[in-house]
Formats: sequence, structure tokens, C-alpha cells
Amino acid sequence: MMNLNTTLLLLIPFLPLAGFVILGLWGRKIFKANAGWVGTLLMLASFLIAVYTAYEYFTHSSGGHYDKIVPINYTWLKFSSTLSINMGIMLDPISVMMIVVVTLVSLMVHIYSLGYMKGEERFPTYYAFLGLFTFSMLGLVLSSNLFQIYIFWELVGVSSFLLIGYYYDRPSAVAAAKKAFIVTRFADLGFLIGILILSYCAGTLDFTTMINTLTSPESSELKTSLTYSFLGVSALTWGAALVFIGGAGKSAMFPLHIWLPDAMEGPTPVSALIHAATMVVAGVFLVARLFPVFSFTTPGVLQVVGWVGAFSAGFAAIIACTQTDIKRVLAYSTMSQIGYMMFALGVSGMGGEEGAGYTASMFHLFTHAMFKALLFLGAGAVIHYVHSNDMKDMGGLRKYMPLTHLTFLVACLAIAGIPPFAGFFSKEAILHAAYQHNTIIYWIALLTSGLTAFYMFRLYFNIFWNKPHQAHGEKHGEGGFAMMLPLVLLGLGAIGAGFIPFGKFVSADGNPLHMETDIAFSVLPVSLGVAGILLAAWFYLKQNSRPDAVASGLNGFYKAAYHKFYIDEIYQFVTKKIIFNCIGRPAAWFDRNVVDGLINLAGSGTEAVSAGIKKMQSGKVQQYGMYFLVAALALAALFIYILK
Amino acid sequence: MQPGLYHILFISTGLFFIGAYGFFTRKNLITMLMSIELILNSVNLNFIAFNKYLWPNQMDGLFFTLFIIAIAAAEAAVAIAIIINLYRNHQSIDVDDAEELKY
Repeated sequence: MMNLNTTLLLLIPFLPLAGFVILGLWGRKIFKANAGWVGTLLMLASFLIAVYTAYEYFTHSSGGHYDKIVPINYTWLKFSSTLSINMGIMLDPISVMMIVVVTLVSLMVHIYSLGYMKGEERFPTYYAFLGLFTFSMLGLVLSSNLFQIYIFWELVGVSSFLLIGYYYDRPSAVAAAKKAFIVTRFADLGFLIGILILSYCAGTLDFTTMINTLTSPESSELKTSLTYSFLGVSALTWGAALVFIGGAGKSAMFPLHIWLPDAMEGPTPVSALIHAATMVVAGVFLVARLFPVFSFTTPGVLQVVGWVGAFSAGFAAIIACTQTDIKRVLAYSTMSQIGYMMFALGVSGMGGEEGAGYTASMFHLFTHAMFKALLFLGAGAVIHYVHSNDMKDMGGLRKYMPLTHLTFLVACLAIAGIPPFAGFFSKEAILHAAYQHNTIIYWIALLTSGLTAFYMFRLYFNIFWNKPHQAHGEKHGEGGFAMMLPLVLLGLGAIGAGFIPFGKFVSADGNPLHMETDIAFSVLPVSLGVAGILLAAWFYLKQNSRPDAVASGLNGFYKAAYHKFYIDEIYQFVTKKIIFNCIGRPAAWFDRNVVDGLINLAGSGTEAVSAGIKKMQSGKVQQYGMYFLVAALALAALFIYILK
Repeated sequence: MQPGLYHILFISTGLFFIGAYGFFTRKNLITMLMSIELILNSVNLNFIAFNKYLWPNQMDGLFFTLFIIAIAAAEAAVAIAIIINLYRNHQSIDVDDAEELKY
């Protein structure tokens, strides 16, 4: 049996929390510039324990099957004999995989920030926030019940808000932080209602029990819940769909994606950690966590998941081709890759070969965390070097930043799906799963993977080739050891992660799944990827007029894509013109005139009465004596003559 | 003619209202204190009169009166102390000058 120490398990999330508390309270007074080391060492310890846990978990399967185990389950709020909110830790293949991913990327970001954020005024605060985020994210993936996941879900939202708004003296950062918070909050409302519906139907919040109840056709709860319906759709479907809305908000799926590109206002390492590798995949994780319910009970919702994912993947890829801010390109690419993970879940079935999509989705989540964190950290190094986010200010950097160039190239090849880099294997698995279940989604995904190669290499050539670099008189090199080490380590991950036999460890039903790479099948996606790269090279390797010519040739479409298909403007119109005018203003009028009027009336009425009677308290003793005498006589008269 | 209960009650009622009148009209605190003494004495008279004419065999009324006299003396001492303090603060013992405690 597994040798898992529960104290050790608890240390994984609580070490980063300790970092948050210590640095939050004493960081600016005591640790100052050393704060980064405190955070990094705690994170390193947490990472090592997570790796140890993963090793213990994956080397102790029961005959190749991985069970869900709940080593800690503490009853926190007890509502009735069956319904209570617990705080627990659940280990299953995906949560174990996630703790490794989260702690690894977080550790890399901690190390990288030692160099990148050096000399920032709020350096200790930054590390405190990183610790809070890591704690929340680990809590989220380890949650043993739906309500606990919701609590940590909101906590990652808050830490994301704090870190996007880290440069709070920049109005755009403040606006972006608010936007991210409000959009995800809006989606979380759906999530909360979904939780209430699902827990009402299942009679529990606990994942294991809930999944058992809602997926066994004989269970009385399931039979009863299937009789509830709203607008002709069963309550369970509503619940699952609302939970998915929460996930879509966090994972920036269309149409709730608008916050992600703006979130790039935060420091670049934060974008790497939160808005590329970990928090934004929480939505995918959530769907995967409840996958049996989606798959068995509400296959309709799973269809929606698939279509939303596929649409977001293609939509974001088109926008990414037109953006010039390198972080925004990466943000849209993140959205596109998360779209891949979503539709991979959407086309997946429950067990055996049918569940290939599930494994592929988790596999892509794993490899994507490596190469996307690497891309962001590389972009951070570039931004650090040229002091600009815009690719117009870059070009010809390959001679100046050789190591960044190399690792960035590796990451680009990985995301473009060129063998033998990590992205190839996971993307191939996803395409394979899509091909077997839904041909239309497969074609969308295929085109998107060509586009992905194109826009990633557009980015790559624009940064490192294109026009020769105009030296701005930078004296500093491409970054210190602290910044280069994570690039190299993640680069190794981006090369090697694909060779992990992922299906052996993670599958929808816990039984190992054999994934083979079908060479014949891979020819088409890989040649599309290569074509994308060649096209990007033709456009951007040397400075020329071809991109402008094509852009003006596609005039209307290019403009629309450049403006992100005006989704932001549509939301602005809906909120400012329609919601404000039709709901906001009448509500404000009602508030000012009716609600406030009633309160003011009570106030002024009291004032008028008191103004009338305050003269009674004159401070004159004899007047008081007179009141007393008159009252005494009146009482005497009352008792003698009237009440006899 | 022997004086009866009613005669004495008339006197005590007169004393009471003289005292009350003095309390309400005089502005000098010493005079007001004296008026209060009049009111107390009217009460004392009532006690004595009721005791003597209604329950001649008992002493309760007498004792009450003695207590009231003792307490009135103590009360006068307290009142005069207050008046002295008031005088120190206001350089006056006019009751209308001490009206800070109002709305």
C-alpha cells in the first residue's frame, strides 16, 4: 500500500500559504530583498513533496488501476445528517498530475522572478501574492468536494485580481484587474447555481459520492432528479451547464474570454503562471473532475463543451494572427490551446478507447503548461531586454539573446506540433480523439493547428529575425542566471514531456489506456504545421511588404480580427447602452427617490418632532419642578376622581 | 375651642403651598432651599396630626417626623455645599444663571 503521510500531503498547499503569511506580514519590514528567496525555498520544498507524492501515487497502482483516495476529509460545516461541507484532500491521477504541474510552474516562476522583478518596490508583496495564488490553486486541484473547489476557485480569482493589478499606479492594469474579476465573477454566479442544483440532485457535495449517485441508473436520487425540469430541459442538465459556464469563465472560453488578453497587464511571470499554465486550465480541470457526470448523465452538455472549445480554439487562433503585442498573441494562443483541451473532453467517452479524448485533454494540459510557461517567460526576457511589448520594436534579437532564442524556438516548435516536441504528442492525441468522434470538430482543430504554427512563427520571426535589431544602447545582457535557469528547465520539459506514456497514468475511468502514435494519421497535421511555419517564414523572415499586402487584401476581415471581432465593443454596448439605460437608470431613480425618500422622510420627521419638544429641557430647575408638581397633581386627580 | 385634625391639616396645606410657591418663584437658591424646608415641615405636621388624632396609642408618626427632621438637616448641608460650589463657579446663586444642562 502507498506510503503517504497526511502531514506531508498537507504541507504541499500549506507551505506556499506560509510564504504568503510570512511575507505578507513581515516581508517589507524584515526580509526586503531576501523575500524572493523565502518564497522560492518554500516553493521548492512544496515542489519536492509534490513530486514525491506523485511518485508514491503512480508507483502503487492496484493492478494498473488508479483509485481515487481521500486521505483527509474533515467535516467543516454540517447541515444535516447527509449534507455537510467538508474540507479534504482527494488524490486521483488528475489531481496528482496537477499538483506537480502547479508546483513546477510556480517554482519556475518564483526563480525567474528573482531576476525579473529585482528592484521592484513591492517585491515582497509580489512574492506574498504568488504564495497565495499557489496555495489556492493547489487547494483547488486537491479539493474533495464541490463546495471546497468553489472556495478555492474564488481564492484563485482574488489572487489573479491582485496580481493583474500589481502595477496599481497604471490605470490600464487596474481596469484589467477589475475586468478579469467581474467577468469571472459573473461566470462564477452560474457555477454557484450549478453547484446548488447538482448537490440538491445528488444530495451531497462530495465528488466521489456525487459521481456514484449521478452515474448509476438504479440510484433513487438520479431517478428523482430526472423528473425535475425547467424550460423543457432537465434540472441536471441545467446544473451541469451552469457548472460549465463557471469553468468557461475561468478558462476564457468564448464568449467569456474578454478578460484574458487584458490580464496581460500583470507582470509577465504572473501571466506565465496564472494566465497560461495553471489558473486558466481550472475550467478544464473542473469539467474533467465531474467528467463522469457530464459523460453519463448530461451528454448534451458535453456536446456544448466540445463545440464551445472548438469554436474558441479557432476564433482565438484567427485573432492571434493579427495582434502585435507579443503577450496578447500568447494570450490568444492560450485561449486557443485551452479550447483544444475543452473539445477533447467534449468528444470523449467514459471508458476504454472511448475515453481517449479525456486522456488527450489532460496530456495537452500537462505539455501546454510546460511550453506555454516557457513562451511567456521567454517573452518576459525579451520584454525585459527591449522594454516594449510591441513586436514592431523587436527584430533581429537572435544574436543578442541566444539562449532565449533557442528555448523560445523549442517552445514554438512544441506548440506548433512538430515532432518530437511535447506538443506534437498531445495535439496528435487530441486530433485522433476528435477524428473518431466528430469530424467537423476535427477539421476545425486541424485548421487551427495550422494557424497555430503560423501565428507562433510569426511571433518568433518578428522577435528574433525580421529587421536587424536597432540597439537602444542596452548595457545589460539577456538576463541573469535566475532568469535563464527556468527557461532551460522548461525547455527540457517542452522537449521531453511528450515521451511520458501518459495514458498509462491518466484516463477517464482509472484503467490504463494505450496510446499509440499513428504515423499515417500524423502526416496531415504535421505537414499543415510545417506549411504554417513556412508561410510565416515567407512573410516575416525578412522585412518585406507581403504582410501588409495580404492584410489590405483581406481588408474587412483583417480589421475585424485585429479588433478582436469587436466582442469588447459589443459588451460595452450591451452594458453601457442597454443595461445601464434600461435597468441601471430606473433602478438608480427608484433608489434616489423612493428608497432614499422614505429614509429622509423618517429622518426629517424625527427632526421636526424633536425641534418642537426640545424646549422642554430648558435647564431651568423651577420649570422641571413645575412639570413635576403638575404631573403629581394630575396623577392624584386621576387616582382620586377617575380610577377611584 | 379645641383645635381639631382639620385645623392642623389646613395649616399644613397652607405651609405646603407657600413652600411650593416660594420654590417656583424665588430665584435665590437659599430661599428655594428654605421653601423646600417649609414643604418638609408641612409633611411633618401631617404626620404628627394624623398620629395624634387617629392613632393616639402609636408612635409611628412621631418617629417618622424625627427621621425627616434629621434627614432634612443632612439634606440642607448637602444643598448648601452644592450652593457654595455653584457660587464658586458662577459668582452667583441665582438659579437662572445655572442652566447649562439643557438641550
